[in-house]
Formats: sequence, structure tokens, C-alpha cells
Amino acid sequence: MKLLVAVKRVIDYNVKVRVKADRSDVDLANVKMALNPFCEIAVEEAVRLKEQGVASEVVVVSIGGKACQEQLRTALALGADRAIQVEAPDSPDALSVARILAKIAETEQPGLILLGKQAIDSDNNQTGQMLAALLNRPQATFASEVKVEGEHLLVTREVDGGLQTLKLTLPAVVTTDLRLNEPRYASLPNIMKAKKKPLEVKTAEDLGVTVGSKIRLLGVEPPAERSAGIKVGSVAELVEKLRNEAKVIA
Amino acid sequence: MSILVLAEHDNQSLKPVTLSVIAAAKAIGADVTLLVAGHQCGEVAEQAAQVVGVQKVLLADAPAYAHQLAENVSQLLLEQAQGCSHVLAAATTTGKNVLPRVAALLGVNQVSDVLAIEAPNRFKRAIYAGNAIAQVESDESVQVLTIRGTAFDPVAATGNSATIERVDSVFESADVSFSHEALAKSDRPELTAASIVVSGGRGLGNGENFDMLYKVADKLGAAVGASRAAVDAGYVPNDMQVGQTGKLVAPELYIAVGISGAIQHLAGMKDSKVIVAINKDEEAPIFQVADYGLVADLFEAVPELEASL
Ligand SMILES: Cc1cc2nc3c(=O)[nH]c(=O)nc-3n(C[C@H](O)[C@H](O)[C@H](O)COP(=O)(O)OP(=O)(O)OC[C@H]3O[C@@H](n4cnc5c(N)ncnc54)[C@H](O)[C@@H]3O)c2cc1C
Ligand SMILES: Nc1ncnc2c1ncn2[C@@H]1O[C@H](COP(=O)(O)O)[C@@H](O)[C@H]1O
Repeated sequence: MKLLVAVKRVIDYNVKVRVKADRSDVDLANVKMALNPFCEIAVEEAVRLKEQGVASEVVVVSIGGKACQEQLRTALALGADRAIQVEAPDSPDALSVARILAKIAETEQPGLILLGKQAIDSDNNQTGQMLAALLNRPQATFASEVKVEGEHLLVTREVDGGLQTLKLTLPAVVTTDLRLNEPRYASLPNIMKAKKKPLEVKTAEDLGVTVGSKIRLLGVEPPAERSAGIKVGSVAELVEKLRNEAKVIA
Repeated sequence: MSILVLAEHDNQSLKPVTLSVIAAAKAIGADVTLLVAGHQCGEVAEQAAQVVGVQKVLLADAPAYAHQLAENVSQLLLEQAQGCSHVLAAATTTGKNVLPRVAALLGVNQVSDVLAIEAPNRFKRAIYAGNAIAQVESDESVQVLTIRGTAFDPVAATGNSATIERVDSVFESADVSFSHEALAKSDRPELTAASIVVSGGRGLGNGENFDMLYKVADKLGAAVGASRAAVDAGYVPNDMQVGQTGKLVAPELYIAVGISGAIQHLAGMKDSKVIVAINKDEEAPIFQVADYGLVADLFEAVPELEASL
């Protein structure tokens, strides 16, 4: 079985992004970029399925400008076999990404497609679900455990109320949550090897998809700043303030 | 304009978050139809009919909808959304699971986790872990929105008597089935709806030590939350995680104990009205958002706090 993993280049999760002075967008100039953490978990899961002999090949795809090849190389260093970059403007909209991934799935015919549950830049949490709908295949979002059993997949999902387990028929789409696995670090030899692994470049037009969204960003603003309050010297003082000043406890 | 809202429920009762989604729908300003899809969920439809601001309740009662499987519910929503200008659901794990499928089937992008309605096609939402608020305008033919519950004051749960109409269409995918679930049981208030939340982090050291927080919570009538680190370490279950990629809370009072205050955690709680931080490290970033900070060892401070309540 072939596995397809969609990975996105995003701001490093440690970086606190700032709004541009003209408030047109956030400022990404000279900001450290990385593989979206949820995508890293997706790659790790795919590589583990290959190591277990469940999967035969792991193909990673990223849609965006040339710079996303860097994240594809990271995924290759983590153990993916081959990569596809689909050249498109940076941060394409979710529906366009899902349409492009659907086209790639048509040619690659993966048994399982893994995505992150959420890109930590857009915080959209929608691409995997859209892809599953376009392919008319079942989905298991927010996965914390994935087990392949023949033609089926048993996936445990992190839902608001606790954990839910679904049984899906392959091919299927899975989006990853934090507890699915702990991604490995790429070793230096693997980083070197990754440079020689195949990386194919396509364009959205090649795939017959016009990237573009009818949702326009009018502008961004910084969130309401909270001013740091006061330090209290003791538990007694804290309780007194909460009762009499903030009036939030009886 | 007309708005279709997906009701959030457990086949027995309507979840309060739906009242906030209706509030968002009312801010858009059009007729609201509330779809209750589930199994043996007639009682939920009765409750839904009483919600102020709802014109009509659609009841789709079939085993295929018992577990809100996205494959089935999205097809039902697609059918019922014909002619609607907006389709809304809560930005809960249920809404996030189902609604993007509807958007894709309609051929539109979804606007996720909306926190303000500025016009019927202009919305605000948080991006980058809440470090920026984006204002977006949509020219899509249908607006598909998930709504951040904490951002909208709930409408009244009773006082209305909308008509209930049955929907007979059953969509059932053969490719997916519910296997089992392990739902957390708690007598405490629900995390996202509680007016006081006490959360613990890695500083708690283990799961047993969370008992200290449960005791404080029980005295305050509070819910208990956690940081990702506490969940990852297995101290508490996943449904307690507060943050960018967990639950969003905005209580009257949030007490963070042994939590450093990473941006991903702040994204989930910094809209709380009053924030208290108890941490032994006075440099911990959580103090930058805390109204009241106590630099102390939690193992001394928390029992003392409990005793003084
Ligand atoms: C993709 C991604 C998504 C994430 N999503 C989330 C999310 O949704 N929610 C979330 O919370 N995190 C999230 N994180 C993790 C986040 O970056 C932090 O790692 C996490 O919040 C840290 O948890 P913590 O504050 O409990 O642990 P730490 O950062 O280890 O802090 C522990 C704190 O406890 C204090 N402490 C220790 N002992 C004591 C004591 N005896 N008395 C008093 N204080 C004490 C320490 O001083 C320290 O400040 C995410 C990370 C990534 C990469
Ligand atoms: N430009 C992209 N290229 C490849 N994969 C993407 C892209 N955008 C989103 N994805 C995938 O979709 C997941 C969810 O993203 P989102 O729906 O934007 O939150 C990500 O974790 C990726 O797996």
C-alpha cells in the first residue's frame, strides 16, 4: 500500500508572529519557517507504517512556492521515499489545496492519505476533511491511534468528550492529532540521503486546478493585549483580591 | 437569506454551545433553521424548538446519524442547505469534523472558528495561535462557518416554540462505522462552558497530584483543564487540553497552576476575564497575562488555597 502525506511549510511554532505596521497581514519577513508540527506527526506515522511492513512507499506532497522544498527534504530525511512540490502561490486556500491533493491521489492511488489536523498558521482545520469529501472517501480526523487491519483501518480520535474509535474502509483520509506519535529527529546521514531522493515539481495548472479563493483577507489586527496585573504576596492576599477586587469568587 | 445551523447534542440534550451558534446566526440576521441529526433524539428537537431565534427545527432521526459521522451528516447538510445563504456549526470537534466536508461538496472554502460577525459576508477570526485577528470578506455563493462558542453570548434556551419538521433522507456510507468510544465522565461543569476553570500543567508532576486541583475546583464549582504537557505526560485525558489545538475557554476566572504560558496554551485561555497564575518561576510567561500572579511552590499554595475557600 502506498501512503500519501500532505505537508505544509509554516512559521516555526516557537515564533510569536507580529502584525505588520500597516495591518495588511502578519509579518513573515526573516521569520524562521518549519514543517507544520501536525504534518511532522503525519510523516512519522507513515514512516512507521512502512517500517512495520504495512506500507510499501511514502510519498510527500507540498503545495506552495519553491521554499516548501525545504520542508519536503525534511520529510524525506524523516524517512519518506519521494516528494512532489506543486508550485503555487504561498499559503494557497484550503479548497484549492484539497483539489490539488485529490488530483495527485487520482494518479498515485494511495491506500491511505495522512494530513495534519491543522496548520498552525491559518488554524483552519479543514483541508483533510475537504479532501475526503472530494474523493468521496471516509475520514478520521484528530487521530491518536491508527491501526491497519487488512482492508480496514481502526482509528481512535480525540474528540471533545474523550476518545472515539471508527472503522474505515481503505482508501481513507486521516488527520493527525498531537498524541498519535512522537516524531523522530532526522539523523545527519538521513539528511544527506534525503538530498538524493526524488523530488518532482508540478504546477497547479498541470493538474488542472486554478488556485484562488473567494475569501479575501481585508486586514489583520493584533489581539487585545492583556496588561500584566499584579503579583500577590500570599495565598491569603490572592483570595482577598479575588473576593473583593475582582469579585469572581464568593 | 436563510441560515442552516447544525445542532450539537448527544441524542439526549442540546449542547449549550448551540445557543452561541444561534447568537452568531442572529448577528447575520436571517431566518434560522436548526438541524438536529441523530438517533432517538426527539427530545433534543423538543429542546431545540424552544430556543429563541429559531424559526424551524429539522429532525433527522436515524441510526446512520447516531454518532455524527461526517460522511453521513455532511450529505444530509448538503441536501438541506439547498437555497441557504449560510451553513453554521460550532467549532467543536464535531463541527470541525463535519462542516469542511459540506464546504467542499458545495465547492466553497470554509471560514473556520469565527469570533465576530461584521456583516453577512464579513467575519473576524484568529490566526497564528491567536497572535493576529484576521478580517475576511467572502464572495462565496454560500458562507460555511464554524463558530467559536466563547465569542458569542448564548441566546435564551427557552421561550420559543418553533415548528418541528421531520426529514426522512438517510445517508449512510458503507465505508465507515462507529466502533466504540471512551467518554470522560465528570460531575464538574463542562470545560468550555464553566465560569471558573482551574488548569494544571507539567508542574503538577503526576496525575495523582491533580487531586489537589479537583478539590479546589469542587469548592469553586469549577471545571478542570490542563496544558498539553500534562496531557502528553498522561497525567490527565486529552479532553482536558486547553489551547490553540485543544479547547478554547473564556471563563470569568482562569487559574493556571504549574503552567509556563506557551503561546499555544495562551491561545486557548487568554480571553478569560480574570487570570490567576501560580508558578514558582517568576519569569514564567504566564505572568505576562495574569491579573494576579503568585510566585510560589504549588504544592504549598494549592492546599492553602483550598483551605481558605
Ligand atoms: C503544534 C503544537 C500544538 C500545541 N498545542 C497546545 C495546546 O493546545 N495547549 C497547550 O497547553 N500546549 C500546546 N502546545 C505545547 C506548548 O508549546 C507547551 O509545550 C505546553 O503548553 C507546556 O505545558 P506546561 O506549561 O504545562 O509545561 P512547562 O512549559 O514545562 O511548564 C511547567 C511550569 O510549571 C512550573 N512549575 C514546576 N514545578 C512547580 C511547582 N512545584 N510549583 C509551581 N510551579 C511549578 C515551572 O516553573 C514551569 O513554568 C502545543 C505545541 C505544539 C508544537
Ligand atoms: N499548502 C499545503 N501543502 C500541503 N499540505 C497542506 C497545505 N495546506 C494544508 N495542508 C495539509 O492540510 C493540513 C491541515 O491544514 P489546514 O486545513 O489549513 O489547517 C495540514 O497539516 C497539511 O497536512
